[in-house]
Amino acid sequence: MHGKGLRTLALLTALTLTAAYALVFFWTPNDADQGFVQKIFYLHVPMAIVALCGFVAGGIFGAMHLRTRDGRWDLRAYVAIHLSQILAVGVLVTGSIWAKGAWGHWWLWDEPMLVSFLIVFLLYATYQVLRFSIEDRERQARYASVFAVLAGAFVPINFAVVRMAESYVHPRTLGTTTGGMPGEMMLTFLIALAGMALLFVTLWKYEMASKNAVAEVRALRLRLLGDDDALPRRTAAPTL
Amino acid sequence: MDEPAIELAGLGRRFGERTALRDVTLTVPAGATLVVLGPNGAGKSTLLRVLAGLLRPHAGTARVLGHPLPQEGWAVRGRIGLLAHEPMLYRDLTPRENLRFHGRLHGVGRERVEEVLEAVGMTARADDPVATLSRGMVQRVAAARAVLHDPELLLLDEPLANLDPAASELLEPLVGRASGRTRVVTSHDPAGGLAGADLALGLRGGRPAICAPAAEVAAADATALYA
Amino acid sequence: MLTAVGAILRKDLLLELRTRESVPAMAIFAVTTLVVFHFALDRPTLAGDLAAGVLWVSFLFAAMLGLNRLFVAEEEQGGFDGFMLAPIDRTSLYVAKALALLAFLAIVQAIAVPAFAILLLDPSLWPVLPELVGVLLLGDAGICVVGALVSAIGIRTRARDLIVPLLALPLLIPVVIGAVEATAPLLAEGGAEPLPGRWLLTLGLYDAVFAAIAYAVFDDLLED
Repeated sequence: MHGKGLRTLALLTALTLTAAYALVFFWTPNDADQGFVQKIFYLHVPMAIVALCGFVAGGIFGAMHLRTRDGRWDLRAYVAIHLSQILAVGVLVTGSIWAKGAWGHWWLWDEPMLVSFLIVFLLYATYQVLRFSIEDRERQARYASVFAVLAGAFVPINFAVVRMAESYVHPRTLGTTTGGMPGEMMLTFLIALAGMALLFVTLWKYEMASKNAVAEVRALRLRLLGDDDALPRRTAAPTL
Repeated sequence: MDEPAIELAGLGRRFGERTALRDVTLTVPAGATLVVLGPNGAGKSTLLRVLAGLLRPHAGTARVLGHPLPQEGWAVRGRIGLLAHEPMLYRDLTPRENLRFHGRLHGVGRERVEEVLEAVGMTARADDPVATLSRGMVQRVAAARAVLHDPELLLLDEPLANLDPAASELLEPLVGRASGRTRVVTSHDPAGGLAGADLALGLRGGRPAICAPAAEVAAADATALYA
Repeated sequence: MLTAVGAILRKDLLLELRTRESVPAMAIFAVTTLVVFHFALDRPTLAGDLAAGVLWVSFLFAAMLGLNRLFVAEEEQGGFDGFMLAPIDRTSLYVAKALALLAFLAIVQAIAVPAFAILLLDPSLWPVLPELVGVLLLGDAGICVVGALVSAIGIRTRARDLIVPLLALPLLIPVVIGAVEATAPLLAEGGAEPLPGRWLLTLGLYDAVFAAIAYAVFDDLLED
């Protein structure tokens, strides 16, 4: 079910991403202040936006699981969250590189995107720990969903509060202000954003398809062979 | 009260990958006593907890006091009394304080608390922290807690386990057959358990090995469950 | 619902009074943290931002202590079962526990704030006391709303003592931000400045949003 159209999607993703980064390197002008380093913006910000959406989506899936008690929603939440977590690491790394390249420091406390992501990353790092610490798989799914809802609501609030906290006289143009960008930069940025979103969706579908296939095989084995041994030991990932 | 107190059909419950109960089907009329026999780990306590509404069934259907569980679990809360291995009492509070607390949760007043304290013979020690009481006394207070709100259905997990004969006699009118309530009692005593019951359910490995009126079950069959 | 909340709260306060397990430890911990800060920061007195920060960090850590113990009696003494069997709204447990934590924190702060004023604070507290109490309550509400929920999540997992602070601290960072931003002007060097309304609003909004979420999900935590 998830596997349908996966190949077309993957192709589309590859095309969009290649187009976006080709544009970044060969077409868009260098930033007046920061030079070449600023180009990391086209990687950093799309990652951040997609990750934020992914975390919120995880929260929505978690809420659906709590409402319907259907394990598949928990799986969707799990995949969305751990893909977003990977992107979050990417945000922190690219942000750090940019900070060092443009401003000479490996970290900037007055860059709200970076700071919020640090907090969000630390929060979601507990997701797997929480899952692993509950053995009963229904309860694990339920508690994970509660976490997903709580954390998903937290992400936008946290971003808003952190942003309020740092007083900006000269906002560094890494991520927060996309207004005032010349046309070519905006176009490239949008294409990069689209590519990143497609990448997320493709990876998500891929992983869902893979996990569903594993679950189906297990169900078949259980039915045909009565093979209870096919069940995994204690795991943090949802088992359908 | 024509409606049976308990109706189970194909009831199942698992914990992770382990199946604790499977295919339990029975009907208990109002006012009757069902004895549940079986070795440790057979699923007796699990069955009680499902009937109490603390665990939701994973298979089959359950109707308790005319309401399907878990959909209408809220309708039967407060009409069931559970006396389990855990006394459900706060060790640092006194019996009186514990009972008053439970009373408030169930909308029961102070006079009733004093009544049950008297009935289980604990008025003298009602103001000593539960931690200072002997196991038998704790059991008595737990029994008081179970009947405080005058439940229609009593679920008793080896209720007389820690009690001396005098105490057992004391509790008989409250939680025994004489109380007139519908009761589900687990027991490790095949002969005694069968004698005091109308229906018998013998569990082995979560499955019902015996399910019949108590009078038709021979004590030997019940003992065979432990083999 | 209110009777149930009242009954549980009363029971918790009675238990705390009888066992004195949480509040003294929390209070001592808060005051000790203040002393440690004196040495860690190597300053005789504090004011403004720094004072607000030190104060709230001490409260936060004291709250962590309290969180770990919040549901322990229920978990260890079969209290959850007894509660689940009663004909009451299950969310009342959450409300009661949040209020209990609030009560404990308030007592701790009643001790720690004067201690802070004596030991570390440069400007005087008297003129700003009412505003300070208001900010304390708003911040405490945030800590308790999130804390009670996180404590309930953690209590039934294996790594309970690990999970609670790991979850609570990131979630409470916005509360710390808001509380410190709101407290700092009150403790300013040159005399108290007016309260920043937008931070009070932020704190209030945070409290409301998470209270609503907690209310919605708590039921699902208690089930087996």
